[in-house]
Amino acid sequence: MQKKRLFSRIAVASVAALILAGCSSGSDSASEGGLPDIEMMQELGAGEGQVNVVAWAGYVENGSTDPAVDWVTGFEAETGCKVNVKNGTSSDDMVALMKTGEYDVVSASGDASLRLIYGGDVAPINTNLTPNYADVFENLKMQQWNSVDGVAYGVPHGRGANLLAYRTDIVKPAPTSWGSVFDADSPYKGTITAYDSAIYIADAALYLMATQPELGITYPYALDQAQFDAAIALLEVQKPLIGEYWGDYLKHVASLKSGGSVLGTTWQININLAKGEKTPVEGIKPIEGSTGWSDTWMVSSTAKNPNCAYMWINHIASPEANAGVAEWFGEAPSNAKSCALTADPNHCTTFHAADDAYWEDVYYWNTATEACLDGRTDVKCVPYSEWVKAWSSLRNS
Amino acid sequence: MLDSLATSMHRKPRLRLAALLTAPVLWLVVAYLGALATLLVTAFFTIDSFTGNVVKKFNLENFYDMFTDAAYKNVVLRTLGIAISVTVICSIMAIPMAFYMAKIAKPKSQKLLVALVLTPLWASYLVKIYAWRTMLEPNTGVVDWLLGSLGIHSPGFGGPAIIIGLSYLWLPYMILPIFAGLERLPNNLLDASGDLGAHNFYTFRKIILPLIFPSLVAGSMFTFSLSLGDYITAQILGGKLQMLGSVVYQNFSINLPFAATISMIPVTIMAIYLYLVRRTGALASM
Repeated sequence: MQKKRLFSRIAVASVAALILAGCSSGSDSASEGGLPDIEMMQELGAGEGQVNVVAWAGYVENGSTDPAVDWVTGFEAETGCKVNVKNGTSSDDMVALMKTGEYDVVSASGDASLRLIYGGDVAPINTNLTPNYADVFENLKMQQWNSVDGVAYGVPHGRGANLLAYRTDIVKPAPTSWGSVFDADSPYKGTITAYDSAIYIADAALYLMATQPELGITYPYALDQAQFDAAIALLEVQKPLIGEYWGDYLKHVASLKSGGSVLGTTWQININLAKGEKTPVEGIKPIEGSTGWSDTWMVSSTAKNPNCAYMWINHIASPEANAGVAEWFGEAPSNAKSCALTADPNHCTTFHAADDAYWEDVYYWNTATEACLDGRTDVKCVPYSEWVKAWSSLRNS
Repeated sequence: MLDSLATSMHRKPRLRLAALLTAPVLWLVVAYLGALATLLVTAFFTIDSFTGNVVKKFNLENFYDMFTDAAYKNVVLRTLGIAISVTVICSIMAIPMAFYMAKIAKPKSQKLLVALVLTPLWASYLVKIYAWRTMLEPNTGVVDWLLGSLGIHSPGFGGPAIIIGLSYLWLPYMILPIFAGLERLPNNLLDASGDLGAHNFYTFRKIILPLIFPSLVAGSMFTFSLSLGDYITAQILGGKLQMLGSVVYQNFSINLPFAATISMIPVTIMAIYLYLVRRTGALASM
């Protein structure tokens, strides 16, 4: 008995010590509201032999998906930096991965980039060390989601719109509006799909912006409580229509192919992959416009391979690689010189690379904050953390 | 040198014990209890609403959210329902199967049957669940085709599909303990019961069931706890349905403290379950 008591005392003491250790370390996450002070790299050194990349699926292709699609092998041979890629499934996932400190580079969308910058997870970028930055379209540089106070935090990658996918053999007539995925009497009930992330609330807000002007939504990432509640109510109406929400793009492509999903939001690359498997599917930008993304390559503030990281960013922004990604993923390239190098000479026209009018009704993913992003000061907006809670609640009810 | 070490060990039983137990106790306390304690502590933290960084300040907001939002009550009840259904289905399928293996099959085929029950455990979890996904696919799956001749449709993806998938996955964990329990059950008890005029079902109810109850409880601890924490099957077969594990999975990257709070639910449920099991005395006779 004596021994038993001794053992339990030791156990309790060691657990308590562990907890204390856990509490005291990492009180450095203080930076409440302010911009963390992180040095940018000044000089490029020799490569470290590898670089760990967090990217959207399709951004880092080494020929293993399709032997003809490869802009990694050449880079590895040239620089000696082996590229290890981890595909992120959502912006939230990417933010979490970058917080582990194990990755050097990330292709962050606008709803991740600011969180990373203010969270101290990424460093400002020295664009002198990435010569290809000079050729990036001017209207992609120094935007709200990739710079703060005139300091660039990354090199633009490319942009695209979230599309409405539909099976051409099943959905007739072809849809033209997001209304088709919010219609409570839809004939496609049970086979509609939606993107499984809190950011999808913006898609509902975008639809309300066009169809219920009395709500006064002007920017889908700046929603006051009333507007936010209306968007959630619309998603509640949509929920019975949904067969599956998709987070994993490969499962989503499989569902499009099998007919488990016939209508719903998607990315161009999913359409391309599904078509590659002979699925009769098309993707359109509906009349209301769309949400979309404008991605940025960023360097981790704790990068263990900063030189390879810079080399990678310069490489992926080069006209050749940028053209390759843009064409494979199905998006508009960021490098103006890419347009001359795409296999399809009309790629840049098809994806409106330089067509500013096309992008007017595309609302790039952004991080909602309490200070309304549309400039309103008389109300408080619902911050992204509340979006996450509402989405979790919607999905689990 | 070694001899003297052995002698000193022999003379000092406490030292011997310490040398033997240090590693496992360290493992238990640091890796196991430590992780559980960290989980408990994290549940009381919160996150910065903008950057998502964990803020290490004690507060009860997560628990407030969990208890006030009806969605989480629903997901707990749903998960419990699924775990209980899986356990019941596994028991109903496992008892006759184990009885045949232990009491009726010849020794040679008995070995074969045990091997057959074990073989599914050699295949990857994901392969099995994706196979079920293909089979249960609405309209095009093989289940739909089979049931189609009876005029019914495949259940598609959702609660029933999760229950089917999990029952399939955990069935061996139920069969094996019951099989072991039945093997220990002397045949002459069954004969005696028959000789005294009891029907088969009466023998089952009054003799077999009470004697294999500890085995049944052992099996149920596997099926119940494994189902309670599952999120992968729910993700692949659940359609838009979510289980407790899905909530943790969904939140751990965005809001780690809230995920920790949610994961306290299955821990609590299992603690209660084990307490009840202990009260029945099943643990002592295992």
